[in-house]
Amino acid sequence: MSDTGASVLRARGLRKEYGQGEGLVRAVDEVDLDVASGETVAVMGPSGCGKSTLLHLLGGLDRPTGGELWLAGQRLDQMGERALARLRRGAVGFVFQAFHLMDELTAVENVELPALLAGQPARAARRRASALLDRVGLADRAAFLPSALSGGQRQRVAIARALVSEPAVVLADEPTGNLDSQATVEVLRLFEDLHEAGQTLIIVTHDSRIAATADRLISMRDGAFIDETRLTGGSTGNLGSLAGLT
Amino acid sequence: MQQEVILAMLAKEPSHGYELRARLRQALGPLGDAMNDGHVYVTLTRLEKAGLVTSEQATGLADRPDRKVYGLTPAGQERVTGWLAEVSWPKPDLAEFHLKLVAAAAAGLADPLSIVDAQRRELLRRLRDAQRAALAEPDGSAAGLLLEGIVLRLQADLRWLEACERNWTPRKDRS
Repeated sequence: MSDTGASVLRARGLRKEYGQGEGLVRAVDEVDLDVASGETVAVMGPSGCGKSTLLHLLGGLDRPTGGELWLAGQRLDQMGERALARLRRGAVGFVFQAFHLMDELTAVENVELPALLAGQPARAARRRASALLDRVGLADRAAFLPSALSGGQRQRVAIARALVSEPAVVLADEPTGNLDSQATVEVLRLFEDLHEAGQTLIIVTHDSRIAATADRLISMRDGAFIDETRLTGGSTGNLGSLAGLT
Repeated sequence: MQQEVILAMLAKEPSHGYELRARLRQALGPLGDAMNDGHVYVTLTRLEKAGLVTSEQATGLADRPDRKVYGLTPAGQERVTGWLAEVSWPKPDLAEFHLKLVAAAAAGLADPLSIVDAQRRELLRRLRDAQRAALAEPDGSAAGLLLEGIVLRLQADLRWLEACERNWTPRKDRS
């Protein structure tokens, strides 16, 4: 069960402010969050509610103004730049809306890049990258440049890359935002597989289909959590009525 | 389920009740699990009384509880043709929810936004169930297509809830 696992990520009173005086904006406003190992959490909210900023704070891409943050047992908010960069490379995998692949590298080179940057031997990195491409169903596209891949395939390469350092948590920011419905289903299947395999996932999204893969859904407005729902359990078994059968 | 569905399934060839049941189950996949098997027989009896279906006793199947083979009468054929040509679509029931929000806000009895949140929670749980069932179906399965329809409708409802949320969120510049 997800809620008996150890906490991989923990935030207390997390804040991010921009500007000052009259112009002060609290993009993230006193957020408390615990994410258990193996849990998938989705954060939804209107544009500008602070959900992307929150994700950047959680992954150490951005510094909080206040509050405490632990990831994989280490405290992030007081960490030095170099230690933070190392933690980002090893403990966090990022998936972005616009894929952020290197255009001049092939699929397998994109996937192995973070492992090489983290100092893994080239052959081990290549082996792992190839295995991950196989896992996302793209073994036969390993030597393709991103420009030769469809949107859904590019995002699957990006997901393989996010997994290459065996991160404690994968953070995804609108992972289906640039995808059509068929490609969205490919990414959905992949997230379901990762979830089954026990990968901890935090997904920020507008897309209700992606959100519905989560164990827990958090609604965010004006920088704060306003609602939290457990999607597991609950109302199974009455799909027939939704199709007009009963 | 509509009588015409059972009728149309007989259009291919005269069939036993259990064959109709199997065809329905195949087309409905996991959604057919909740279907009451007796329903097919009750409907067939009604259709026979209405002169849309005839039945014949089949021979040599003494171990079968239902030995009747059902077929369409000319009137039944005509009904099926008419039904296939008919344009019908289930009516979405949005007005009740909409008026609930209007009444809650007017009377100050409940916050429309918390009503929207509760509705969203319920729809997302259903979406999760429908999506899991859809992903479990093999590509090209008839039941998978039906489940996809449920998923898309739930998504549309969830998008409407977003619009409700925007509309009922107090505007800072007005208050």
